[in-house]
Amino acid sequence: MAEPEVSSAASAGGWRLRNAFGGVLCAFTLLLIGVLAFSIRLFSVIKYESVIHEFDPYFNFRVTQFLSKNGIYEFWNWFDDRTWYPLGRVIGGTVYPGLTLTAGTIWWLLNSLNIPLSVETVCVFTAPIFSANASWATYLLTKEAKGTGAGLMAAAILAMVPSYISRSVAGSYDNEAVAIFALIFTFYLYVKTLNTGSLFYATLNALSYFYMVCSWGGYTFIINLIPMHVLLCIVTGRYSSRLYIAYAPLVILGTLLAALVPVVGFNAVMTSEHFASFLVFIILHVVALVYYIKGLLTPRLFKVAMTFVITVGLTYASKYIPIIASVSEHQPPTWPSYFMDINVLAFLIPAGIISCFLPLSDASSFMVLYLVTAVYFSGVMVRLMLVLAPAACILSGIALSAAFDVLTRSIKFQLSKLFDDSPAASGDSSPESSSAGTVNTNSTKSESRTEKSETAPKEKPSKKNRKKEKEVAESVPVRPKKEKRLLVLPFELSVMGILLLIVLGGFYVVHCVWAAAEAYSAPSIVLTSRNRDGLHVFDDFREAYGWLSHNTDVDDKVASWWDYGYQTTAMANRTVIVDNNTWNNTHIATVGTAMSSPEKAAWEIFNSLDVKYVLVVFGGLVGYPSDDINKFLWMVRIGGGVFPHIKEADYLRDGNYRVDAQATPTMLNCLMYKLCYYRFVETDGKGYDRVRGYEIGKKHFKLTHFEEVFTTHHWMVRIYKLKPQKNRVRGKLKKLKSNSKTSSTLAAGQKKNPWQ
Amino acid sequence: MATMATPLPPLRCATLLLLAVLVGVLASTARADLVISKAERRVDLTSHIVRVLASLKVENVGPDPVSQVLLAFPNIQAKNLAAIRAFSSEGNAKSQSTVLPIEVVQPSGAPPELTFFSALLPKPLEKGKSLNLDVLTVFTHSLQPFPEEITQADAQLVVYQDSAHYLSPYPVKSQALTIRLPGGRVESYTRQPNAKLVNSELKYGPFTDLPPFSYSPVIVHFENNNPFAVAKELVREIEISHWGNVQITEHYNIVHGGARLKGEFSRIDYQSRPYVRGVSSFRHLIASLPPRAHSIYYRDEIGNISTSHLWGDSKKTQLEIEPRFPLFGGWQTTFTIGYGLPLQDFVFTSDGKRFLNITFGAPMEEILIEKLTVKVVLPEGSKDIEVSVPFPVKQSQEVKYSHLDIAGRPVVVLEKPGVIPEHNLYFQVYYRFNNISLLREPMMLITGFFLLFVACIVYMRTDMSISKNSPSYLAKLQWDEVQATVQKIEGMFEQYLGVHDKLEASLRDLSRTGDIQTCKAARKAADAQFKELSKELKPLLTSLQSSPQSYQIWPKVEDLISKEREMQEKLMTRHSTVVDSFEKKLRGQDVENRIAQQQQKIAALRQEIESLLEYISEI
Repeated sequence: MAEPEVSSAASAGGWRLRNAFGGVLCAFTLLLIGVLAFSIRLFSVIKYESVIHEFDPYFNFRVTQFLSKNGIYEFWNWFDDRTWYPLGRVIGGTVYPGLTLTAGTIWWLLNSLNIPLSVETVCVFTAPIFSANASWATYLLTKEAKGTGAGLMAAAILAMVPSYISRSVAGSYDNEAVAIFALIFTFYLYVKTLNTGSLFYATLNALSYFYMVCSWGGYTFIINLIPMHVLLCIVTGRYSSRLYIAYAPLVILGTLLAALVPVVGFNAVMTSEHFASFLVFIILHVVALVYYIKGLLTPRLFKVAMTFVITVGLTYASKYIPIIASVSEHQPPTWPSYFMDINVLAFLIPAGIISCFLPLSDASSFMVLYLVTAVYFSGVMVRLMLVLAPAACILSGIALSAAFDVLTRSIKFQLSKLFDDSPAASGDSSPESSSAGTVNTNSTKSESRTEKSETAPKEKPSKKNRKKEKEVAESVPVRPKKEKRLLVLPFELSVMGILLLIVLGGFYVVHCVWAAAEAYSAPSIVLTSRNRDGLHVFDDFREAYGWLSHNTDVDDKVASWWDYGYQTTAMANRTVIVDNNTWNNTHIATVGTAMSSPEKAAWEIFNSLDVKYVLVVFGGLVGYPSDDINKFLWMVRIGGGVFPHIKEADYLRDGNYRVDAQATPTMLNCLMYKLCYYRFVETDGKGYDRVRGYEIGKKHFKLTHFEEVFTTHHWMVRIYKLKPQKNRVRGKLKKLKSNSKTSSTLAAGQKKNPWQ
Repeated sequence: MATMATPLPPLRCATLLLLAVLVGVLASTARADLVISKAERRVDLTSHIVRVLASLKVENVGPDPVSQVLLAFPNIQAKNLAAIRAFSSEGNAKSQSTVLPIEVVQPSGAPPELTFFSALLPKPLEKGKSLNLDVLTVFTHSLQPFPEEITQADAQLVVYQDSAHYLSPYPVKSQALTIRLPGGRVESYTRQPNAKLVNSELKYGPFTDLPPFSYSPVIVHFENNNPFAVAKELVREIEISHWGNVQITEHYNIVHGGARLKGEFSRIDYQSRPYVRGVSSFRHLIASLPPRAHSIYYRDEIGNISTSHLWGDSKKTQLEIEPRFPLFGGWQTTFTIGYGLPLQDFVFTSDGKRFLNITFGAPMEEILIEKLTVKVVLPEGSKDIEVSVPFPVKQSQEVKYSHLDIAGRPVVVLEKPGVIPEHNLYFQVYYRFNNISLLREPMMLITGFFLLFVACIVYMRTDMSISKNSPSYLAKLQWDEVQATVQKIEGMFEQYLGVHDKLEASLRDLSRTGDIQTCKAARKAADAQFKELSKELKPLLTSLQSSPQSYQIWPKVEDLISKEREMQEKLMTRHSTVVDSFEKKLRGQDVENRIAQQQQKIAALRQEIESLLEYISEI
């Protein structure tokens, strides 16, 4: 034993050194990829500021603040009375705590190291940090399937894929930012377990799955995809003990752990999304048993058993997909959004699939399955494009890596040939050139096609060539040796191919940087416009929230459309009636009804809800299109859905929604119209609405039950206060009462205001 | 033209009346050693901070030298007194003035409604000598908005009360009072025979030969729209870093202290005519920062506030900040400004000690701070901390942990209520600090990372398995060995293939040049190489065979070897065939025919060998 050891030490020294160098280079590249993933997401901080974006992140931020202030036990028991007044909301039991706990832990860790960072800063940078983690996880996953080169390529591509950037720029503090990392890492551990059969990784896999369950509702994707893959492996006869180890502990441990998350709880065993995993669990055991007794059975009997399993599997698969599909309420994406979000990857994916099939392993079959399902789901619902992005990156990474592999190898081969046997090359020019000629025609065709369709099915031509080769073998005997079983392209063509691939990559990078800088970095809380004088900042939302938080009583209730609920509670710290967690439709409908009612009826509804201030968003002065007037039809629809006296038709003139002179009287008298356009005509004398592009219908009117208390600089947010009830004389009161009676008799049998 | 058209707040009236009565009773008790021969008071009401400058000429008419001058204020004024300063100049007004120390005293028999301050003279005033004394007093909250609530369009009216006579425990021979108003409307003022209003300056006097404690209330009701910026609380944090920066962070909680806004705030009114509809509000504040201030930021708890402007020259840096919304009466807002200053401008050394020399108050213009907390954060490891502040403050110490601190940074906390721009004086914090301590945190980081790398190296280099005899461990060792061997075998086969290539090449040469001799030589060389290689291969194969871990690979390797042998033979035979046929000068076509069969087999074999090699290397 000793002798070979010595010799191996001597000869393997160089190899080891090279390996170590490769390892360091790989680690360094990964570090750079992490830095890239982090820094490409900082455009929002550089162009705007370090601030939480949009709507949902504000809620997450507020929860994190609560967590860091009050600790984990208080967090689980948190009943939030500042939202959904007067119902409140149990936060601890209705949120996915993964993101909050992650950021809270990071904050706690930093503070215990005496690095003073505010909770806000930690929240802002959580998403970029986890993007770096996600790209490293991608490296690991792809490496398991296709080796280091493909891993690095995939990691680099994922670090800047626009689809993922859109959800994880600095400040976009949302579940998806963490969840994508958890998703990829869970897949990595699954594939790792599948490759090693180690129970250690299986346990880690269950823990990682637990983290995913904590983070995002999309965990059902994992718990359906992995069973599908297991099923696929079984069906294709790839059952092994490693498969069993990879799957069985995941189901048992993972389900137990998932049930610990309050928001999931018993759903982990009771809802249909999870049945797939249990069914496959049973099938797996049956198959394991079958394999065990395989020796006892005759081959014929075994075949019968197999067909049974396959049919069960197929019927199951066809059954389960609509379940996920039915969950989606979102619109399917358009083709441009595919190009926007994954860009050239869409063209590289087919090549990646082919490359995965060349030596089909468990891991690469998983990649293909992941991609196929992700494509399907992204086609169903645009939000799930996010799930597709890692799959697209991995397969494109594989494709690019394989393409570079072929091209560089052929260059290397041609070079060594040039240097080694240059005299020989001239000698056998006739057979060589003829053979090369045939390859050339083949490969140039495929190569040019490659550049056009961006897919380099680099193995495809080689396969084709190999087949042809066999036919040609008799006539050209020297060929097989030169081909070295792999496609060897002519030198110039390889160089061209590499250059074109680099151009393609450059195109992708340019697109990603553009997307990160221009398309996905706007925080939506601060708006900017560029005009002749330079950059103009619209900071009206924070102006209004700041005013509310400093100049109203801490217990005042603010009513607004639900879009602004999270922001109002987080930035103004005031109690809201409805917010973005749209769990109670009736409540939202009540606010919608109030907004679409005339002033007095609205006042009554709001007063019964203890509302003191009403906040509306109005873009007519500066041309901010996503304002309340444009959302108003939804208020009417939602309100009308619960309170039938609100009819959408009353607000439409000939089916058209308008607020100009053609508008219906109901529209022009509703609260939303009045609050938005109160004294608007005085700005330019005509009342020209820049969003709608016409003059408003009713220009001069007074408010009787509301008074303007604050309007922001660009009029984007207007806050009104409910006037206190007036002291009325008896007769007037009676008259009013009779009035309301008549109106109530008119609306007999209809719910008017549930709060009275 | 009725005087006192507006009623005073009733409580105030009562106090004043009471005071007037008491003053009469107690007049006799005052000591009359000193006589104020001339008193001129100028009251500045242009901002919401009231500044009263009294120029007194004090004469000693008694027999004994006098070393202190008493200054009296009614309690109602004294409780609003933010600062009092006295300067004396001997004889001529032009001569150098000195600042006098001032303390609160309670002379025996003095009425409790009055608060007395005594200015200690630098040297006792001799009999018959006189002295010029300038007393600057600054009052806050002395302008009462009246009415207390106004609408957006109204101007803000305020009421100021004082005495037309200089309240003094000494007889005053001649005196006058001038009140400077901010301009604009004057609603009313107390009419007196010798009162006159000229160009927004209200004059009372001259009065002559008034006894001690003369008091004659006057009231002015006038328009004052200057910003009533009141900081309810201001926390200034001054953090010294000996890496070259003094970082100042100021947390403001600002309120408009004037008349409250009643009714609605209409943006259209405010935007169309801001100086009419919104005249009582203010929309910006100006901060004068020290020169070379850098990294200035202005934000609040929900993010950056983009409305600010900055100018700078070598003398100062001026920052104009605009809160998120204009401040009307009673509205408030909070914000934070922060800036860095070069260390060498503010931290000096003397006698081995370092000291920070920086202003105490806020950099804002005309702002009243109801509660100011100044925190001086000294670097970690500072010792012997002493503070010297030119006025009384509440002092305490705490510890702050930041940026990888272990022991924490000592923090000097100074608290003072009622701070006005007059308190913007330099104060000093002395401390000892060793420069070595600067390197503590970098060294800590270096050590930390070093240990991390060492740990990594140790982990990679040492065998961490618990049991050296466990089957899995042994299996792993063997597996490593097998892998190494297989790698070498692969290398061998690569060489084999290389030799094959050379043979082929020689054949090709032959077909071109017809040089049989070189071809034969090549064959011989190849033969020798084959032998050598197989010799080398033998020990490797035996070791591989003996290893229990190679069961997976061994059949493949065996297969490989047999295939290679076969191919070797085939190659050799083909080689010899070709050479033979060349020697016999056969036609090329015949040669082709003869070796075609072999050629095909060789190609197939070669392919098989390569696929086997690949398979092995994949394992």
